[in-house]
Amino acid sequence: MSHVLHVLIEPGFFSSSPVRLALAIGGLVASVAAVVGVFTVIRGQAFAGEALGDIGATGGASAYLAGVPALFGFVGFSVAAAGAMELIGIQRVRGRDLATGIVLGAGFGIAALLLYLGTTYDNTSGATVTILFGAIFDLTSPDLPLVLGFGLIVLVTLAVLYRPLMLASISPELAAARGVRVRLVGAAYLISMAVAVALSAVTIGAILSTALLVGPAAAALRLTTRPGRAIATAAVIGVASTWLGVLLAYDSYDWTVKHDRAWPASFFIVTVVLAVYLIAGWFSQSIRRGRSLSA
Amino acid sequence: MEASTALKVEGVSVQLGGRQILDDITFELRPGELTGLIGSNGAGKTTLFRVILGLQATSAGSVRIGAQGERQGVGYVPQKFLLDPDMPLRGRDLVGLGIDGHRFGLPKPSKTRRQRIQQMLEAVDAQDFADARVGQLSGGEQQRILIAHALISNPQLLLLDEPLANLDLRSAKEVVTLLSRIATEHRVSVLISAHEMNPLLPVMDRIVYLADGRAVSGTADEVIRTDVLSKLYRHHVDVLKVHGRVIVVAGEGDHDDEPDHGPVEII
Repeated sequence: MSHVLHVLIEPGFFSSSPVRLALAIGGLVASVAAVVGVFTVIRGQAFAGEALGDIGATGGASAYLAGVPALFGFVGFSVAAAGAMELIGIQRVRGRDLATGIVLGAGFGIAALLLYLGTTYDNTSGATVTILFGAIFDLTSPDLPLVLGFGLIVLVTLAVLYRPLMLASISPELAAARGVRVRLVGAAYLISMAVAVALSAVTIGAILSTALLVGPAAAALRLTTRPGRAIATAAVIGVASTWLGVLLAYDSYDWTVKHDRAWPASFFIVTVVLAVYLIAGWFSQSIRRGRSLSA
Repeated sequence: MEASTALKVEGVSVQLGGRQILDDITFELRPGELTGLIGSNGAGKTTLFRVILGLQATSAGSVRIGAQGERQGVGYVPQKFLLDPDMPLRGRDLVGLGIDGHRFGLPKPSKTRRQRIQQMLEAVDAQDFADARVGQLSGGEQQRILIAHALISNPQLLLLDEPLANLDLRSAKEVVTLLSRIATEHRVSVLISAHEMNPLLPVMDRIVYLADGRAVSGTADEVIRTDVLSKLYRHHVDVLKVHGRVIVVAGEGDHDDEPDHGPVEII
């Protein structure tokens, strides 16, 4: 039995402190992103989520140039971008893609400049790769309380807004008729989403951050019919995918001939999320087919 | 205001972008009665609903709901309700959001809450499909769930915006019968907007007829008359009654007065 485990989990996995930190921060980030992501999928705001992540790259690059932790850059720029989208009019149906697209284009332009400057000054592409695609094993212990703090802010915000946000996401008309301030709730949600995306950027990079936001939520939506269960399922899928991705990345040291470099964890995490989504789709379809046969 | 009035709309006018959408609308609704708000597309039905819900400012007039004029006393079923089939939401959940969806915080499940939802589902004959995803229900089934959602907060007034618009004849008939029963049993005043009055004729206690932002109200016999509707349209119209159905046809005359209407309009 322990033999089988050793094949699966390399010796030294749990005793390595970068691994322990990756599992703790990765799990935390994945659960926050998944919870937020259920509303992202319900509200049809995946494109806005992707844009917020990409703009976070600008923040990460500026933070790198300024010499402050990348997380502050990610959060600062994503939240500012969310504010800009709100002002341009993301909550109008026809303004949605327009607001996102305008802010995304502007943000990515600045990111290109800053990443270019960072790369040429240092004569290294390390920072660019870290910001865009993440470096979960390079996290440091001061990152943990920061991620925990931002994560808690997001979760508390969503817990407070839960019912009006759910109603407004299902039907703005129904919510408005019940006296919900739909625009205010939507703006608060957009900012929470910006923070969640920024947190994901720390673990799997700015470009890939929407995978943790939308992937587990989209899979969960196929597996359950209740909103509360969808949120719990998404969190479990997100955390499990992240942990499995970290494990595979750690194992991948041994897959190369020289045993000197691992494949990036971001690749494995995103691939596991995609696999879970596909399996969830197949699973829900076969359940539906089974039901229609027995009916 | 009399205690037996569920809604009093008095001299309400609305202007949007320089256009007069509603012009001096006055009518009253009583508890336990079913009223049809009849008018063609663009007559101002949805705007009037938004005024009653407090979502649309008026340029003149007043709206009072119930004895205390409480806004919480209105249940609303919107016209467009499109849900993704994958949306993780059962009919039961949507009805629950009718109790406390506007409150902050997480939902607090309790036995009383579950029983209240179950009773409401039974009241609209929705218990058979209450556990399926709302987005996968038929139009008529979704209407029942939405009616339960609107009714569970025990409102004095129930507004339904074109509830029959996308239903087949049989479902439309079932929803009309259900609404009539609800008005009587729950002592709630039901206001249904429709561009086609015939499906509502058998159950309507009163009618508010809207054209070009103006309204006349009364019983069907008082309103569906050639002289009354001609005055409302400011153009001669004929009211034809065929086998208990009513057809309103624009008559011959001076078309230039009313360029908005074609030579023949069937409502």
